Amino acid sequence: MVAGWFTGHGDDFRLLGTRCSACAAVFFPREDAHCRNPGCSGGELLEVPLSRRGRVWSYTDSRYRPPSPYVSDPELPWESYALIAVELEYERIVVLGQAVPGVNATDLAVGTEVEVVPGVLCEDAETIWTTWHWRPAEVTR
Amino acid sequence: MTADVAVLGAGMHPWGKWGRSFVEYGVAAARSALADAGVDWRQVGSIVGADTVRGGYPGYVAGATFAKALGWQGARVTSVYAACASGAQAVQSARAQILAGLADVVLVVGADAAPKGFFRPAGGGRPDDPDWLRFRVLGATNPTYFGLYARRRMAVHGDTLEDFAQVKVKNAAMGALNPNARYRKRVSAREVAAAPVVADPLRLLDICATSDGGAALVLSSMEFARRHGVDRPVRIRAVSTVTPRYPNTVLDLPDIATDAAPAGASTTETFRVSIARAAYEEAGIGPEDLSVAEVYDLSTALELQWYEDLALCGTGEGAKLLRDGATALGGHIPVNVSGGLASFGEAVPAQAIAQVCEITWQLRGEAGDRQVSGASVGITANQGLFGHGSAVIAVR
Repeated sequence: MVAGWFTGHGDDFRLLGTRCSACAAVFFPREDAHCRNPGCSGGELLEVPLSRRGRVWSYTDSRYRPPSPYVSDPELPWESYALIAVELEYERIVVLGQAVPGVNATDLAVGTEVEVVPGVLCEDAETIWTTWHWRPAEVTR
Repeated sequence: MTADVAVLGAGMHPWGKWGRSFVEYGVAAARSALADAGVDWRQVGSIVGADTVRGGYPGYVAGATFAKALGWQGARVTSVYAACASGAQAVQSARAQILAGLADVVLVVGADAAPKGFFRPAGGGRPDDPDWLRFRVLGATNPTYFGLYARRRMAVHGDTLEDFAQVKVKNAAMGALNPNARYRKRVSAREVAAAPVVADPLRLLDICATSDGGAALVLSSMEFARRHGVDRPVRIRAVSTVTPRYPNTVLDLPDIATDAAPAGASTTETFRVSIARAAYEEAGIGPEDLSVAEVYDLSTALELQWYEDLALCGTGEGAKLLRDGATALGGHIPVNVSGGLASFGEAVPAQAIAQVCEITWQLRGEAGDRQVSGASVGITANQGLFGHGSAVIAVR
């Protein structure tokens, strides 16, 4: 869907951002053109992997089918999914993402530790569109 | 400190789902505002249209579209798009032209015929557009953001679903008194609780609908107002349209992520707070001076947030202010006496203008059954996509 936002498999899966070589500001989604810090004269933007873990800043869900361009099969009954905004442990960027399938809003609380895992957004005849999901950390090991 | 401009006229087309063109709503509102001002359209030196997003050109060139429909008369023309803040930026443009001496009388118009259901981005595959991406990658509709803010308030400030419901109860009670509102029925907390959940924890009646509607203002220089025989007009004293400041650490529409928070910093002034603060500073007026406020209750929970952002109360005290009745009609700072978006629904380019219409009627003492007694200072506040937000302060 979008190039260079994440990489790796299993425990090596990471979100990718960029870091300004002049002011050290980190951006996600990646900023490749210009550093957005107004006090920075602009440095080289280098790709960096982001924290695997963070804490739930807030969460909600989608009880009704979102409109296009979200892809879902209108033939199938709508199944809601949770959306989680996570404050990354190190960068303190709040990143929104879908929860792993099976985790509902009732399973979540603000402050809970979660980790980023690979997920599937949707599939068509040619392609499996991958994405990132948030999974409560204690569920995993 | 800037000079005042006069609000000579205010007008609306009633909001609802009427199935007609936005041009019709805008022209009706404009004619109503002109009649209210006692100004002939041919006296208007400039027209500013707040744009509506429509395929094809007319919606994007609202100023000229309304000018043609009213009859070409040679006025200067401007069109403005800034999502939910379009109307306020149209007011800002009109005010700047008046203060710069480019026009004596300016007509400001916003109108929309909104689609039913969720707002969605323009069509096509456009992965360079953050608004397209949040739908495509996350399925994150506007209500999902409202749900995030609501859950965050519950966790941080202890707000309850009942608090949120009481915002709807209050606004519906006031909307029932407003002939321009789309929903004119009182709503009970039980009805809010029985409505289906749209985005946890918010229910259908916690979230504003999409609507058709139009609103217009006739603004002029103070000198023109005097010549026109209006000695004590409602005056616009501030129009704040400030952008956020980096780092913006609170997730906002339509972003997928925030800026990184600075190391060691626990809080920075949020975007909504900065919008209000800039308005207060420009007007030389503080929250303690306000008689009435119109804020964007895109959701019930968001109205409580605005109480705090406008400094009507301290951080985390929004629900208490509501429970104490301060923001109801008869309280010390009534909020959304028009009925708010809860009663109107969203007609995007019109709603920031409609807020100023309501403040104008309140300050003139012409608001009928929903009149705030002795109203002399009013503020509006709104927020749209991409760091667009605004606040207007009017006095009499």
